[in-house]
Amino acid sequence: MSARPSTLPVTHIRPGARAMSFTLDEVWHARELLYFLVWRDIKVRYKQTALGIAWSVLQPFLTMVVFTIFFGRLAKLPSDGVPYPLFSLAALVPWTYFATAASNGASSLVGNQHLIAKVYFPRILVPLAAVLMPAVDLAVSFGMLVVLMAWYHVVPTAAIAALPLYVGLGILAAFAVTLWTSALSVRYRDARYVLPFVIQIWLFISPVAYPASMVPERWRLLYALNPMATVVEGFRSSLLGTPGPGSMAAIGVAVVAAALVAGAAYFRSVEGSIVDLA
Amino acid sequence: MADVAIKISGLGKRYTIGAREQQYDTLRDRIAAAATRPFRRLAPGGLGASTTIWALQDVTHEIRRGDVVGVIGGNGAGKSTLLKILSRITTPTEGEAEIHGRVGSLLEVGTGFHPDLTGRENIFLNGAILGMRKAEIERKFDEIVRFAEIEEFIDTPVKHYSSGMYVRLGFAVAAQMEPEILIVDEVLAVGDVHFQRKCLGKLDDVARSGRTVLFVSHNMAAIQRLCTSAMLLQRGRLVRVGDVRSTVAAYLGGEARGGFVAAARTGEPQILSADLEDVTGRPLENPACTEPIVCRIQFTLPHRAPGTRVGIGVLSCDGVPVFTTNNTDAGLPCPSGPGDFEARVTIPPNSLLAGDFHLALCLWNPGVILDLQEPALSFSVDAGRSPLYAENATRKGYVHVECAWSVTPRIESAAGMLS
Repeated sequence: MSARPSTLPVTHIRPGARAMSFTLDEVWHARELLYFLVWRDIKVRYKQTALGIAWSVLQPFLTMVVFTIFFGRLAKLPSDGVPYPLFSLAALVPWTYFATAASNGASSLVGNQHLIAKVYFPRILVPLAAVLMPAVDLAVSFGMLVVLMAWYHVVPTAAIAALPLYVGLGILAAFAVTLWTSALSVRYRDARYVLPFVIQIWLFISPVAYPASMVPERWRLLYALNPMATVVEGFRSSLLGTPGPGSMAAIGVAVVAAALVAGAAYFRSVEGSIVDLA
Repeated sequence: MADVAIKISGLGKRYTIGAREQQYDTLRDRIAAAATRPFRRLAPGGLGASTTIWALQDVTHEIRRGDVVGVIGGNGAGKSTLLKILSRITTPTEGEAEIHGRVGSLLEVGTGFHPDLTGRENIFLNGAILGMRKAEIERKFDEIVRFAEIEEFIDTPVKHYSSGMYVRLGFAVAAQMEPEILIVDEVLAVGDVHFQRKCLGKLDDVARSGRTVLFVSHNMAAIQRLCTSAMLLQRGRLVRVGDVRSTVAAYLGGEARGGFVAAARTGEPQILSADLEDVTGRPLENPACTEPIVCRIQFTLPHRAPGTRVGIGVLSCDGVPVFTTNNTDAGLPCPSGPGDFEARVTIPPNSLLAGDFHLALCLWNPGVILDLQEPALSFSVDAGRSPLYAENATRKGYVHVECAWSVTPRIESAAGMLS
């Protein structure tokens, strides 16, 4: 080995949480591992479930049917002038992604304990992979949404250009939640039981079954603190031309950004002790 | 200074067990603990009541580029903790380490294998986990499959693999890593003899290629064959560094000759003491070949543990296992506790040849090792006036096996003489 020592990377191992902190650079170098972690989860689910990828279509579809019957027909909730099935499905597609990603993410560190205990890689890849995997479902269920739009002869306008931004915000929101829940659930296994309940409540404080315009103006600011309000309303407006999130978006983005930064800091503070705690 | 690969200074790792931290499994416990904390602080012994264990303490050493270092020591000596810190799996509590070069660590064979994925899929997954690039794995794919000898099962889910195939595939992938520094923990403990030999050969190649290797094993023969130097850990401390031969000898000879006594009662199932004596109960240090050797083992089971086995392993002077035996060999019922027990095992006369031996003691339940003392004590067997050594005969190996012999004239040649 004639390589000059100065060309070799030097790793410093020191006590304290920060010593193991990830850097964006490190994550970039490990992008192939990220890909394989997502790929593994997709493959495994495809092999273990009888319906495989069909689940990603069935779940939002059946929820839409139920919502249409109860909220659309019986409760006669307004739907911004769009047929109710389309109105609710356009919200259920991003919402289902968020709910799946958040619950997937919460158990990700605990579920990958065997890996974490035996080999080093940037730990943040685990929650990141957990929120990226359901994006495949999102893509598939988006296809179903397009079919339903064609059925109702709804043609998207130029507003569709904003769609990727709302999808991106939804992924970041799920990642922010996951940074917290995955790290917390290593220490407190309660998190696993609390989360489904929280997500259920969250569904009703997001404009999925009803339009955000139903929320009284003076509560709108408080309502906007839920970034999923921006994501759902924005996703729907960019496809169906319904009213967009408007000024709610600024608050939603700010909340996601703050949660991401704080979540990353919390994750950094515990990632070094994941092995010792579990 | 330029050729230092790993610089370890004052490295230590403390684990807190018992009263704190470990029981913070649920939010409720956390709240309860927070509520009672002010009172515990006042109570005698208060917070200090939680037990802290230094799995590793004050380890300082410099490993040069190209060194192949064996890390040896008994169970709980801190070998695995050291490797885990250097592999960045866990953080040290104090001290620091500086590593020059990329590290590949192999603490387990087949890390991250998913039972539902095929061999082919797992090669890519495992390779990525070990830090290999996809292109790199693709290039080495055929070699991996050949090394693992699983050509015809490459598209079968690994859950259908035999344990041997699984381990072979895992090692085959890991063998393709090309880091500057390789950290290997006890991977040779698995797999059949043929495969172990193959792994050793591969590690030999790695060692000869000028890479730096840190190798933990209980197999002293493997350590002596592969390593250029060794670090001896005892109870978390680095007690000796030096050339392999003398360090291994210090490790194997370091334990009390003729007797073993546990440091303290831990409250867990454990071996308390062991000694060797003759049939009349007199302590033995240099038994003769012709003498039966009685090993007395005191152990304790603080809780009920049905089906507990107690066993000994006789190791040669260079650490090669010679034979093992346990209480079920004699068809004895297993103690279930709670309580203290004494086991006696008699090694029959004329079974061990003259030489130095070590004794390992083990207490286990099928699948779970409760206590392992390896090696616990040493003894030398004397040729004495054994007929085995009559006329200054030399004998190779470690044991004598009573064989039936006959030497007679060949019938054919006798028949030939008649015709």
